[in-house]
Amino acid sequence: MSQDSTNPGSTVPKSFQEIILRLQNYWADKGCAVLQPYDMEVGAGTFHPATTLRSLGSKPWAAAYVQPSRRPTDGRYGENPNRLQHYYQYQVIIKPSPPNLQELYLGSLRAIGIDLGLHDIRFVEDDWESPTLGAWGLGWEVWCDGMEVSQFTYFQQVGGHDCKPVSGELTYGLERLAMYVMNVSHVMDMPFNNPDAPIPLTYGDIFRQTEEEYSRHNFDGATTEMLFRHFEDAEAECQRLLDFPPADPKTGKTIIMAHPAYDQTIKASHLFNLLDARGVISVTERQAYIGRVRALAKKCADAFRQTEAGRDAAEAVPA
Amino acid sequence: MPDLLIELFSEEIPARMQAGAREALKKLVTDGLVEAGLTYGGAGAFSTPRRLTLAIEDLSAASRPVSEERKGPRTDAPQAALDGFLRSTGLSIDQLEKRADKKAEVWFAVVKKPGRPASDIVAEVLESAIRTFPWPKSMRWGSGTLKWVRPLQSILCILSDESGASVVPLDVDGIPSGETTRGHRFMAPDSFTVTSFEDYAARLRRAKVMLDQAEREQAIAHGAKNLAFAAGLDVVEDKGLLTEIAGLVEWPVPLLGRIPEAFLGLPAEVLQTSMKEHQKFFSARNPKTGRIEGFITVANIETPDDGATILAGNLKVLTARLSDARFFWENDLRVAKAGMSEWAEGLTHVTFQSKLGSQSERIARIAALAREIAPLVGADPDQAEHAARLAKLDLRSAMVGEFPELQGVMGRYYALAAGESEAVANAARDHYSPLGPSDAVPTEPVSVAVALADKLDTLTGFWAIDEKPTGSKDPFALRRAALGVIRLVLGNGVGLKLLPILSGRIAAIRTPAALEAHNLNAPGDSNSYAPQVASDLLAFFHDRLKVFLKDQGIRHDVIDACLAMPGNDDLTLLVKRATALAETLKSDDGKNLLQGYKRANNILTQAEAKDGVEYSFGPDPKLAETEEERALFQALDQAEAKITPAMAKEDFATAMQAMAELRAPIDAFFTAVQINAENQIIRRNRLNLLHRIRAICSGTADLTKVEG
Repeated sequence: MSQDSTNPGSTVPKSFQEIILRLQNYWADKGCAVLQPYDMEVGAGTFHPATTLRSLGSKPWAAAYVQPSRRPTDGRYGENPNRLQHYYQYQVIIKPSPPNLQELYLGSLRAIGIDLGLHDIRFVEDDWESPTLGAWGLGWEVWCDGMEVSQFTYFQQVGGHDCKPVSGELTYGLERLAMYVMNVSHVMDMPFNNPDAPIPLTYGDIFRQTEEEYSRHNFDGATTEMLFRHFEDAEAECQRLLDFPPADPKTGKTIIMAHPAYDQTIKASHLFNLLDARGVISVTERQAYIGRVRALAKKCADAFRQTEAGRDAAEAVPA
Repeated sequence: MPDLLIELFSEEIPARMQAGAREALKKLVTDGLVEAGLTYGGAGAFSTPRRLTLAIEDLSAASRPVSEERKGPRTDAPQAALDGFLRSTGLSIDQLEKRADKKAEVWFAVVKKPGRPASDIVAEVLESAIRTFPWPKSMRWGSGTLKWVRPLQSILCILSDESGASVVPLDVDGIPSGETTRGHRFMAPDSFTVTSFEDYAARLRRAKVMLDQAEREQAIAHGAKNLAFAAGLDVVEDKGLLTEIAGLVEWPVPLLGRIPEAFLGLPAEVLQTSMKEHQKFFSARNPKTGRIEGFITVANIETPDDGATILAGNLKVLTARLSDARFFWENDLRVAKAGMSEWAEGLTHVTFQSKLGSQSERIARIAALAREIAPLVGADPDQAEHAARLAKLDLRSAMVGEFPELQGVMGRYYALAAGESEAVANAARDHYSPLGPSDAVPTEPVSVAVALADKLDTLTGFWAIDEKPTGSKDPFALRRAALGVIRLVLGNGVGLKLLPILSGRIAAIRTPAALEAHNLNAPGDSNSYAPQVASDLLAFFHDRLKVFLKDQGIRHDVIDACLAMPGNDDLTLLVKRATALAETLKSDDGKNLLQGYKRANNILTQAEAKDGVEYSFGPDPKLAETEEERALFQALDQAEAKITPAMAKEDFATAMQAMAELRAPIDAFFTAVQINAENQIIRRNRLNLLHRIRAICSGTADLTKVEG
């Protein structure tokens, strides 16, 4: 294995943001477009259209980004050392998956200060499936000294469509990884910026209060009638946007509103997560709600496949 | 004779798939080679997380030439037929022979297939093996269409003999074969060339790869044992975990750590489960305290700090996990000490099965049933009912939420914490048993009552809503539940009449889904179909029982003969009967008695059909004409004197023994006596005598169903 000369490596990062910055630099250096987080509430980095939609069709794609993610049921009022209802994922998606993706990934660990000669890195079978996105893939969870630090997946299907070519997806749970690298035991104690800065801020300085507020909101505050109503609205709007004829009379162009419709799918998914946290969805209803979101995701994937970005490249289309 | 070495190098193969993959590679390749006309001396398959290897010794260098004769059309056949024959053989007309066949002259072709070099055959066979490999789950990657368990990175394929090694050329979707491989991902990542299997294995070892799974397992087991010994601990053996771990590492390095003092108070099962499930650690027990005090993790790398960083990292993860576990345990204990009512309340909101209601409704049914069954298994009804009400409350505990496999085990701890008796607590732990064929059957009366009630409720419930297992589909493990009932009943010698219980339970389930399943809408009408559904369920029990007894060496026809008797819903009685019959049929007297019985029965049945009467009137010994006839009368009297009391005591062995003793007098009777005598009175008397034989013998089993 060739040592990577382009990354600083070896030194231990001093802050959460330094880890993010190193990952950004590393993947930028490897040719990824460094995108910004999607501006909606999502449960995981995979929901970003840069992953879900762009993994469809034959056009090459390489992107990396931080995605704030929300899992309302994981709220612990900021008290649990490892659990948060709002946290950050780092997401890398490359299509087609390059043959050296494992090596590239290991290089990123080196870049954030993990000495691969000193730690025990393992690829442990983990098949990924997202029932809400109608997506699945095979891969591993990556263990560093017994701790899961990333999810590594080769997408096989998204929104019911076979992925051709296959995208390679890497997801890093940033807080957990950073805590491990910096040897911090409680997430709220982790330095967010440089601890030597004039105004040092910890993760807790920034998020302890919001974790409390959102925990209360998620478990007790959110109005369930409204959430149910909004779920129905998002579902109807998604369908309505996709029902438009592709020809736009104003511009005379073909404009399929795949992304706006997909935004409604994201909304529905988050509303469902909130309802789940409020404990108002029974076990049997759960499956039905997941099925409704999946139906939307599939329709959006179908629509995206009709668009310029999602269509197969001309040469790949059989005559 | 060259040797063949194949290595399929890929990204990490799931541990659980490696054993199957080794076998599949060996079979696909050796079968293919043999089919193509090659022979070989021996073959061995190996795997590591990143490679699947096959070494074949003494492979023939080429296949033998074969010549095959094929008969063509007649020489006077139309040209089209001849052209077709030439096309199919690839020959020209001057290469054909004319031969005389039965009536006419016929074209014959001798098609010679030259021998092919092993290299060509290997290339074909390997490519086909890769393309058709039976992975339980496979995937595509990049832009390719090839499927493999994870991306396939390189193919090593060489034939080697005294003169050296040569690459077998092939190319599978852009992956060319070669003679190189790589060592350990981190310790020796460079590629190197190999010339033979011995060379390959030796170089891999130098490159920090132990090729053989068995050797890795041994190294782990041995290393773990030594570490534990040095620390004054014993490794808790776990063969499944050992196999899995050996499939996750190429170079195993066991490391021992101690569980922080703060967690040593957790139940041993919690420590073991958490460490195994989350971190794939072996547990180490202190033989003095009996507690789990240490762990062994197996790293895949040798480090300059002798694993100190790795161990520290693992310990940190363990601490986080066990902190969670302790938090669950302490919270759960608080609920348990308060009487677990919080959990009971919680279970009212948990659906057991949408058509069968909530868990708490289910628990109420099980409790009622446990009370009903209790006297039959020697348990106190109040205690059995109480135990059933508590047995599943741990399903709401945080610990079982985290580790579902600890259901029951935690139930016992929590019941004890709630101040319940050992009997009640043990029922919480044991009522799921027996789960598998190797799982022990509970024997404590309260546990037996609750275990039976649990399984019978599940079965009657699913029968009531008509969700029975079909073919290989048994999503609710109903076959296992039925086998569980069988083993509980037989193992404890429980005399339990199933039919009234099954029928009563099925009638008690009056959910709309149950009524709908049997096309009834009126509430309460479950009574009308319950007996029929119950006998269908009983038939299901009988099927499972046949399978169970067959494994114990009792023939299906013997079971059928006993199933035909009344009271067949008492499984203990049924099996006693079947065992006695099987035993009797092993003896010569038993076998011959069966013949005598069948003969008597046939003659009697025919006569009854012909005469349109039933010869069930008692025969009169005064009408006996021969010595043999009189002897039979006497023998029947004697047998009956033994059989009647034996049957009253359900002592089938004695009854059947007495029956078997009838063999000689019956045989003698048939030899000496003509049944269809001229004298109708004598004839009738003899037929009535046959009826006595039938009546006496068929009290134990329906012998007409026994084969032979």
